[in-house]
Amino acid sequence: MRELSYLEAVREALWQEMQRDERVFIIGEDVGVYGGAFGVTLGMVEEFGEERVIDTPISEYGIAGAITGAALVGMRPVGEIMFMDFTTFAMEQLVNQAAKMRFMFGGKIEVPFVLRTPAGSGTGAAAQHSQSLESWFVHVPGLKVVMPSAPHDAKGLLLSSIRDDNPAIFVEHKLLYKTKGPVPEEMYTIPLGTAEVKRQGRDLTIVATSIMVKRSLEAAEQLAQEGIEVEVVDPRTLKPLDEETITRSVIKTGRVLIVHEACKTGGYGGELAAVIAGSEAFDYLDAPIVRLAGRDMPIPYNRNLEYHTVPQVENIVEAARQLVQGRV
Amino acid sequence: MTLSKAKKRELLRQMYTIRAFEEKAEQLYAVAKVHGTMHLSIGMEASAVGSIAALRSDDLILSTHRGHGHCIAKGADLNLMMAEFMGKENGYCRGRGGSMHIADVAGGNLGANGVVGGGIATAMGVGLGLKMQKRDQIILCFFGDGAANLGTFNESLNMAAIWTLPVVYVCENNQYAMSFSVKKAFAIERISDRAAGYGMPGVTIDGNDVLAVYEAVSQAVKRARAGKGPSLIENVTYRWRGHSKSDANRYRTREEIEAWKQKCPIQRFRARLIEEGVLTEVEADRIEQEAYAAIDAAVAFAEASPEPALETIEEGVYA
Repeated sequence: MRELSYLEAVREALWQEMQRDERVFIIGEDVGVYGGAFGVTLGMVEEFGEERVIDTPISEYGIAGAITGAALVGMRPVGEIMFMDFTTFAMEQLVNQAAKMRFMFGGKIEVPFVLRTPAGSGTGAAAQHSQSLESWFVHVPGLKVVMPSAPHDAKGLLLSSIRDDNPAIFVEHKLLYKTKGPVPEEMYTIPLGTAEVKRQGRDLTIVATSIMVKRSLEAAEQLAQEGIEVEVVDPRTLKPLDEETITRSVIKTGRVLIVHEACKTGGYGGELAAVIAGSEAFDYLDAPIVRLAGRDMPIPYNRNLEYHTVPQVENIVEAARQLVQGRV
Repeated sequence: MTLSKAKKRELLRQMYTIRAFEEKAEQLYAVAKVHGTMHLSIGMEASAVGSIAALRSDDLILSTHRGHGHCIAKGADLNLMMAEFMGKENGYCRGRGGSMHIADVAGGNLGANGVVGGGIATAMGVGLGLKMQKRDQIILCFFGDGAANLGTFNESLNMAAIWTLPVVYVCENNQYAMSFSVKKAFAIERISDRAAGYGMPGVTIDGNDVLAVYEAVSQAVKRARAGKGPSLIENVTYRWRGHSKSDANRYRTREEIEAWKQKCPIQRFRARLIEEGVLTEVEADRIEQEAYAAIDAAVAFAEASPEPALETIEEGVYA
């Protein structure tokens, strides 16, 4: 199959859906001729025009209002917030307005938008351009939270998110943009709320999100050479969560390591751990549930310090080894 | 733009209906038939009625926490509104919204809002959606003097202006953001002066003169519908009651409140219509009585309405 980068897969989903559905449009800072800060929308304004690829002032709250309001009257907007850190400016509109309207108004209205935003560290952008804030959004009833780890998933999940009648926060990882993988040319959707077993294994389940899926798969390769067979499960959407695929895997392996980039305290790993511990998988656990996550600290600038702030392949290998060898 | 006699009588009826609804709301609260809080617009009826009179029935509004008047003026069914106010299943929002979140989507009211300024950006987005679809409708967004000092005011009015969106921003300056006087909150005399900073027309109106409000908003609506972009209208008015049910009025004097009561928008309009020969005293009294009777009927409807069933608590939850 043809290969695309993660970035190209996101762009292709946007491109094809805008060709298919005239209600879909893109709005954000520098998404036009500049192509977005990371180049995701490069070339799209030339194809679809300034009316459907809309550059905005530096107004994140306004972007959130624009997609909320336009969605209320029948459009299917895709907003872009240049860095996830800047969703802080947009929180009121997302949390109090967009997320609440359908329920608060007795089901009489829908808010079908997607807000795309790049997250994560590893680019040397330091504390205000490197955060992974997904668990904030997971905590808000009324927002779906999508976090693809591979090009194939990025395309299929983005198409599902745009076609969904409810607001979705679509979290992309900057370091994944250049990673390549097979992506069908035709349009396809991946239902929100379906996890995927990315690698089969018998000794240990790793539940990982976003770039940590990629690192966990690399770790699994190394561990396989030691005879440790790791199963890697990617929830793909944090909300709704496919609990069944995760617990089924844990029942099979009896051990679970949860890996994410966001700070450990209050992070999504705590939720995953609670879901597993509260499920029938509890009886099958041979070891404590272990979380490997970002340190509880701001992302530092220095290259080496930054590297050691969030889980890397070697950290995953070591944590998995300890779990399997009963050293936890 | 002159209004027909029938339309003028209708505006008076709406103003009385709002007054009747809110007086009844207070009574229901006092006897613990509603819980939570509420924000009454008694004394501000001309702003709601005059503004919405300038709209077509298919135009849209976004309202505020002080939104009963907007909802009634937009043509809401009083029974469904009162049922929502009392948290009943057949209310506009199935009892899930309450006073601060009444929406009449089919009637073009996209909702009251519990957050000060929460609708200012949404309205800009609605305007964007309307313009992109080349629809002939406009959105009118109410907000208060307090909301004009939020950051969203700056972002949203600017975006509405640069994209010439069909939005009419109506600032209901009722003199206080909860307890904080506009005299302390603004270094300018007129909030509408800020419009110049966004390249849109701004005008300050006697918000207790329903016809003056109607005239000003009509100009803004015409401009918006013609594709010339947004306007900012400041209706200067006054809320007679406290901010919400917890307000002890420690920040203003009884004399000040009394002075504004002398400028009652309803009495003013009524006297004018009688003077113009549009109405007789007897006809005006009948309009007033019918308004109060309609509210009594709405309360009876709401009281006879079912509570939401507990089994339905999570209906409409999708994530």
